This record gives sequence, C-alpha cells and structure tokens, in this order.
Amino acid sequence: MGLADIIIKLVLVVIIFAISLVIAMYSTYAERKIAAFFQDRIGPNRAGPWGLLQPLADGGKMFLKEEIIPTHANTFLFIAGPSLAILTACIGSAVIPWGQQMTIGSHVIDLQVADINVGILYIFGVVSLGVYGVMIGGWASNNKYSLLGAIRAASQNISYEISMGLSIIALLMVTGTLSLRQIAEQQHSWHWNILYQPLGFLLFIVCAFAETNRTPFDLPECETELVGGYHTEYSSMKLGFYLFAEYINMFISSAVMATLYWGGYNYPGMDWVLAHTGPAIGPLIGVVVLFAKIFLFIFFFMWVRWTIPRFRYDQLMDLGWKVLIPLAIANIIATGLWITFIK
Amino acid sequence: MESLSNKRKVLESKPLNFWERAYLPAIVQGLSITMKHFFRKPVTISYPEEQREFSENFRGMHSLKRDENGKERCTACGLCALSCPAEAITMIAAERQKGEEHLYREEKYAAVYEINMLRCIFCGLCEEACPKEAIYLDGNIVPADYLRKDFIYGKDKLVEAPLNQ
Repeated sequence: MGLADIIIKLVLVVIIFAISLVIAMYSTYAERKIAAFFQDRIGPNRAGPWGLLQPLADGGKMFLKEEIIPTHANTFLFIAGPSLAILTACIGSAVIPWGQQMTIGSHVIDLQVADINVGILYIFGVVSLGVYGVMIGGWASNNKYSLLGAIRAASQNISYEISMGLSIIALLMVTGTLSLRQIAEQQHSWHWNILYQPLGFLLFIVCAFAETNRTPFDLPECETELVGGYHTEYSSMKLGFYLFAEYINMFISSAVMATLYWGGYNYPGMDWVLAHTGPAIGPLIGVVVLFAKIFLFIFFFMWVRWTIPRFRYDQLMDLGWKVLIPLAIANIIATGLWITFIK
Repeated sequence: MESLSNKRKVLESKPLNFWERAYLPAIVQGLSITMKHFFRKPVTISYPEEQREFSENFRGMHSLKRDENGKERCTACGLCALSCPAEAITMIAAERQKGEEHLYREEKYAAVYEINMLRCIFCGLCEEACPKEAIYLDGNIVPADYLRKDFIYGKDKLVEAPLNQ
C-alpha cells in the first residue's frame, strides 16, 4: 500500500464522515418538514429559503445552551455516554461499499473504507456497542427516569438484536459471505436479495426501527412516562449528540438495508451505463443510486414515525420474542429447504 | 328498549382475526392515509404575511359612527350602557354649544365615552340597543397591552376618523 493509497483512504474517510454528518443534520430538517407535510402544515420556513438554514440555527442554539452536569452524576460517565453514542454511530459507515471500484488513470479506487471479510459482524458489533452510550448516559445521570429509559433501551435493543441476527443468518445462507463488498457484487444489475429474502427483509427493517429507537419503538424516550428518557438530564451539545446519533444511526441502517437487500449501488441496466460512461464516471452513478435508496429508506423511517403510535412495553416484548424470533427461525428453515431442494 | 333517537350503536367486541392481529395490513392502511395527507395543500396561514379573513358577522372593536356630513351620531342617551351585560360602557353627556353644529348631529352629545375592553364580552347588544345607529362592533381584534388602564378606550380610539381628512 503506497502513500497515494493511504491519502485516498483518508480523503474517503473524511468525505464519508462529512456526508454522514451533513445527512444527519439535514435529516432533522427533513424530519420536521416531512412531519409538517404529513400533518397538512408548512414546517420550518423562516431561517433561509424554505427554512434550509434551520439545522444550522438549531446547532448554534445547542452549542450556546448552558451545559449542566447534575451534582450527583458521575461526571466522567456522564460525558462518556453521548460521546460513545455518536462514536459508535459514526464508525458504522466504515465497511459499507458506496460504489464499484473506480479507475482514474492507473489508480484503482475502492469506494469503501475497509473491505473486511466480516463486514456484517462488524456492523452488528458496532450496533450492539450503541446500547452502551444510552445505558451509560442513563445510569450516570443519577435520575430514575433516565435509568428507566436506559434500561428500556438496553432490553429493547438486546431483544431485537436477536431477531435481527437471525434474519441476517438466512441472508448469509443465500449469499455465502459476510463481506459487504461481495454481497453487493452478487446483487449485480437486478438480482437483489429482496427477491430471495422478502420475509427476512421485513424482519430486518422492523428490527432496524427498534435498534434506532424510532417510532413505533421509541420507548426509551417516551415523554409521557419517562419525561425525556435516558437523556432527561442532558443539555447543550451533549443532548445534541444523542439526538444526532439517532439520525446517523438511521442513515447507517438505511445504507445497510440498501446494501444487504436492495442491491446497494446496483441498478438494472448498469452494465450498459458503465460501458458508455467509462470506469471513472460510471461508479459515481452507482453511488448516486445507492444514496437515492438510502434517502428513500430515511423517508420511510419518517413516514412510519408520523403514522404509527408507540407500542406499549409489553406489546414490544411480545412482538420481539413471541413473533419476530419464531418468524426468523421459520425463515431460516424455509431458506435452508429452498437452498437444498430447489436452488 | 327501543331507543328514541335511533342513534344508539351496538358495539360488538369480536376477537381479532388473523389479518388484524398480523398488524401489517393496518400499518399499510395507515401509511396510505398519511401519504394522502402528504400531497394535500397545507392549511397553515403564515400569519404576519397572510391574514385570516373574518366572518361576515364577526364582532370586533367598537367604532362610534359619524353621519354623512361627518357629524358624530351619538347622542349620549345611555341605552348602550344600560343594555351592556358586562357594564363595560360609561359616558358623560354634554350639551351642544353654538358653532358646534358641524361636529354633533343632535343637541346632546357624549363628552366622554369610554369602553373597558377587559370587561366587554363583544356580545353586540350595544349595537342593537342604539337608536341612532351610532355604535358598531365592526373593527379588528382589540390589541394586547401591558397595563389595565390602557384597555379603557376613550373617544380618541373609538370615534371614526372625520370624513374629509
């Protein structure tokens, strides 16, 4: 690996980092705007044209707010909580293949930060780490509402991780690899995994909603019961980090869903486009396609949020343990039978 | 027993069938409903730029009218004050002097005419009681203010602007 490769990788890291932050920032704007459209309203429209500067105003406000650390809180963990939350949210994007290999001159550029052969496991591990941010923050606040919210978040995430893992196992039986790059390559043109794993995708997206703490699984921050949930005691940008982490998580899980089930950067007719645009521009069109899929998923996340009310806690647990896990296991068995006898 | 209004609805609580318990059809239905709203025109009125139109029989701030020659119509008979259920209106009558014929229509006029806007309930009874068609609640919403005393509106705020000015 030469110096040029390292520089290219660094640039890629910075670009992806910046993109995920900007998307998270404008997700807050999109959320408010989309919520408004769903409710026959206009939404933020005062800061800049169509309210486009609203996220900047919100961010500026967050930074200028007084930073309060409760007297009896564990200061170190109190600060570590939101840091961990945003850290785990940001590192998930490292293994996602954003596009095919680009060839500029003699350089072959991988549009992926790290093509590790356990890509899915890495994402899974990062997602599980995300619980610690919530749990530590809730515990360190020394507030019963925070603690209850954190416990809810932890038990919810652990419950849904099981069925998420089981739904991925069925997918892995089809693909035969853990590397996200290879999974994306296998779905060339229109051979998307959603065609082979519709039930698996349904399970995965339900679990993704639960893992990102989005409605209808947003019990950790259930305002009516828990004041603010795990971030009750947080203020200033530490609160901002928690909210931000949620949107980054949404972006990453949308990217994972697009890559695993909806073909990633592949689209029908891509060979023709690639042949006509050349190896430098062609992959970029794939990147655009991937981002279009991601934005559709983010829109879907918001669409669901403004449609469905929150689950009750026992319903949440019932759904996770008594419905999703049996369904996921049935899906594994059905996939196994399909591979053995039909394929 | 037969219900008289025929509006009674008997609700049965049947156990949910499979599709209802599956929850997904209901979610899809809900999503389609919200999607319909997504393309609907927003009902918001962007207040300072746009203003909502009042209904035709809206009763706002009072105005004391002038006649076609620009003379004040009010003759200080006190019927409005008498009819006012909130006792918001008070006035002091005075006699018209020589040379003031162009100001007041009748020989008696209200030298002081005050309405306490905090008491007024905007019922419009003063309008109906007035025999001279001198008071109408045809103004805008009474604006907010800081002090109670500033809500007592005198003739300076209530009388219509003179005709030729």
